[in-house]
Amino acid sequence: MMRHLISAADLTRDDAVLILDTAEEMARVADRPIKKLPALRGRTICNLFFEDSTRTRISFEAAEKRLSADVINFAAKGSSVSKGESLKDTAQTLEAMGVDAVVIRHSASGAPYRLATSGWIDAPVINAGDGTHQHPTQALLDAFTMRRRLVGRDAGIGQGLDGKRVTLVGDILHSRVARSNVDLLHTLGAEVTLVAPPTLLPVGVESWPCDVSYDLDSTLPKTDAVMMLRVQRERMNAAFFPTEREYSRRYGLDGERMAKMPEHAIVMHPGPMVRGMEITAEVADSDRCTVIEQVANGVHTRMAVLYLLLGGNEPAVTHTRTEGN
Amino acid sequence: MSKILIRGAKVLGGEAQDVLIDGAVIAEVGAGLSADGVDEVVEADGKVLLPGLVDLHTHLREPGREDSETVLTGTQAAASGGYTAVFAMANTFPVADTAGVVEQVYRLGQEHGYCDVQPIGAVTVGLEGQKLAELGAMHESAAGVTVFSDDGKCVHDAVIMRRALEYVKAFGGVVAQHAQEPRLTEGAQMNEGTVSAELGLGGWPAVAEESIIARDVLLAEHVGSRVHICHLSTAGSVEIVRWAKSRGIDVTAEVTPHHLLLTDELVRSYNPVYKVNPPLRTEKDVMALREALADGTIDIVATDHAPHPHEDKDCEWAAAAMGMVGLETALSVVQQTMVETGLLDWAGVADRMSVKPAEIGQATGHGRPVSAGEPANLVLVDADYRGDVDPAGFASRSRNTPYEGRELPGRVTHTWLRGKATLADGKLA
Amino acid sequence: MDTQQSDARPVLEGPDIERVLTRIAHEIVERAKGAEDVVLLGIPTRGVFLARRLAEKLEDVTGRKIPCGSLDITMYRDDLRMHPPRALARTEIPGDGIDGRLVVLVDDVLFSGRTIRAALDALNDIGRPRAVQLAVLVDRGHRELPIRADYVGKNLPTSLRETVKVQLAEEDGRDAVLLGAKPDATAAEQ
Repeated sequence: MMRHLISAADLTRDDAVLILDTAEEMARVADRPIKKLPALRGRTICNLFFEDSTRTRISFEAAEKRLSADVINFAAKGSSVSKGESLKDTAQTLEAMGVDAVVIRHSASGAPYRLATSGWIDAPVINAGDGTHQHPTQALLDAFTMRRRLVGRDAGIGQGLDGKRVTLVGDILHSRVARSNVDLLHTLGAEVTLVAPPTLLPVGVESWPCDVSYDLDSTLPKTDAVMMLRVQRERMNAAFFPTEREYSRRYGLDGERMAKMPEHAIVMHPGPMVRGMEITAEVADSDRCTVIEQVANGVHTRMAVLYLLLGGNEPAVTHTRTEGN
Repeated sequence: MSKILIRGAKVLGGEAQDVLIDGAVIAEVGAGLSADGVDEVVEADGKVLLPGLVDLHTHLREPGREDSETVLTGTQAAASGGYTAVFAMANTFPVADTAGVVEQVYRLGQEHGYCDVQPIGAVTVGLEGQKLAELGAMHESAAGVTVFSDDGKCVHDAVIMRRALEYVKAFGGVVAQHAQEPRLTEGAQMNEGTVSAELGLGGWPAVAEESIIARDVLLAEHVGSRVHICHLSTAGSVEIVRWAKSRGIDVTAEVTPHHLLLTDELVRSYNPVYKVNPPLRTEKDVMALREALADGTIDIVATDHAPHPHEDKDCEWAAAAMGMVGLETALSVVQQTMVETGLLDWAGVADRMSVKPAEIGQATGHGRPVSAGEPANLVLVDADYRGDVDPAGFASRSRNTPYEGRELPGRVTHTWLRGKATLADGKLA
Repeated sequence: MDTQQSDARPVLEGPDIERVLTRIAHEIVERAKGAEDVVLLGIPTRGVFLARRLAEKLEDVTGRKIPCGSLDITMYRDDLRMHPPRALARTEIPGDGIDGRLVVLVDDVLFSGRTIRAALDALNDIGRPRAVQLAVLVDRGHRELPIRADYVGKNLPTSLRETVKVQLAEEDGRDAVLLGAKPDATAAEQ
């Protein structure tokens, strides 16, 4: 049994459904006067953030505190890639202080995997986003949001996302959210289509379990959920696309485009949104946009992950890939 | 000077023969040689005898990074791996771009006596790709530099490359190009393909290597010079070199042992021991490289022995240094990938790992036939040996091998440098 | 589990269970003076079905709708760290909450008392009842905590080598309380 959550690709369908079901129970706690459960009482979790991400950090912190864990926040200032020693040494220092689990965010792809598998520390490692690799809890909260909206809160229990058509739009190349979502959505039975200019799709994307299109307009009518990924303005300077205007004209979501989707279809965004680039204010503020819901669901989902990995004497989630290396 | 009789050695893998070394030269090769008056008899028992190996691409790290390797430990590693001559790359601190630095490295090699050290001079000052280094002065120095390379960096400016190719013609030098188009490899961390897409590591496209090789063979043709391509790693590069040779362009090429065996699938472990420049490629590339080495499109095997201290590899992938040690495992990897696959016989191995590299680098006295009157630079290989690689036993100061725990065939038991044993029964002299 | 039950002996059959639940319902009405502020909370899994049955009976007796819900105690268990995390069951608190009400916890078997201790902790995070009472179908003894039931369907003196298994139609297809022998006497009671 593996004790870490490194990649969405590591989750079996049963694991993923168990996490989503558990998250539904966790969500009910949010409606209570005392939003607290004793599951992780006496356990210390460190949020080790080598890369700034206030939202993800706060979401994990809220989840940890609702489960009664003791929380240490460690923000390591690092311009680009911090020196290797600092990851190993920092983690070992924290473990020496009695940290029971590490939630890590790092700009280097694979840093959480290294931390989990190099024998540097014994504590379970939860990936809160690494470079352009994975962001598994984001994929889980996205799947949770989709299941609630497209299958139903109660009807969804025990279910995946079979046959649901999900379209991811934007900077796939640099997106850990896209990678995690493709893996998890495929596991849950959804049909995924990536839409992006060819410059923002990775070489080798054809081996991914999804379809690829360069044309948003023809994809939207066959979409149950569209996920707009953030496009950083600096990509423009590296010639990934000519101008902001051209990008939003071809790949941005405005009210007119949104109307091409089926009525039940939802608009998702992992945040932070770049309004006017990939999404217009009209769409971002519409009822179909689940951005705020995703934030709330992030706490429930992370509670579920923390409980299932750390709540007992061994994890309830089985993994395959990170084992044995 | 002593007389050594090597009894029952398969010379170049052929029939078992005896070889008599007298002082620094081979005195006699034949069956049933007499042991009278001999100081030492080495029972080869059917081991393979080859000319001492020559590595055209070694990083000895001295001066500047003695924490990872020194000329002493690097040449000890070379002797352990069966090498009698190594070419030391110029990317030291300071860079080997002056006669002073190359002479220092040369002299250290002579003093330690484990292996001849032939320094490679930088093509440009400080490896910066801007201004030619004093190539002539390095050639005329005591080190007698004939190979020039900015290895670690590409001579990417086409004009500088052209001038270098032309300039070294005056004294018969050769430019060894590290083919890597810098703009196409900004932020690159591993081979660009399905694995990099999945792992989210910056892609290193094959075309970044191939485009430079294509340009440089055309430049070499245009200016009538010769060019050597370092560590060729892609199937496309093979095609370009094959085409260039078919046109009569004077190009030679090398492949590293690790590119003959390992693929980018290993990067899934995020273990930086597999991080190397050029990156590990795909199975298809590996097969093309083996075939090209067998048919002579690729002329030689060179180790690109690149020692790094533990802490430079014991970290996350992006922060890790690129490179692998290779001197002590090269022959075993070639045996596994080329000999045991039937692609090369031992005579072919001798050609690719000794004769040709000595020719390209003009290492006189090395890569010679195993016959009477030749310098006694020899290596004895126990080809039947099987064992797991244990870096703890390395003579190199660094342990960054990708083969730890992997079973590889063959073991070098003896190395003789001009009749003097630098390695005997697997132990350094 | 099923093979273990094969040589188990029924101590209560369907009609018996029906009868004792009716009795418990009357006791609740009597002791709670008309059961006006009663809220029934079943402890998953079988306690929830028993609570629903009790609610129906109370409604028959009082003619009023009796609030009925469920209380999952998984995360409050004192042996949480001794097993892999269990899947959570549903906690469903009736709309008007439990503040100032009489909460009757409902479970199938009362044994060590640890489940009920966990339930009391869980209740504490949900609100402040006027009083808490406990109804169980079977009390098999061997308490490890100072806890007792207010309403007991059947007192069943058992040995620690025996198992008690409650079956309910909603979950198991039939109603029964089975007394069996533990195949391995050291194994923990379910």
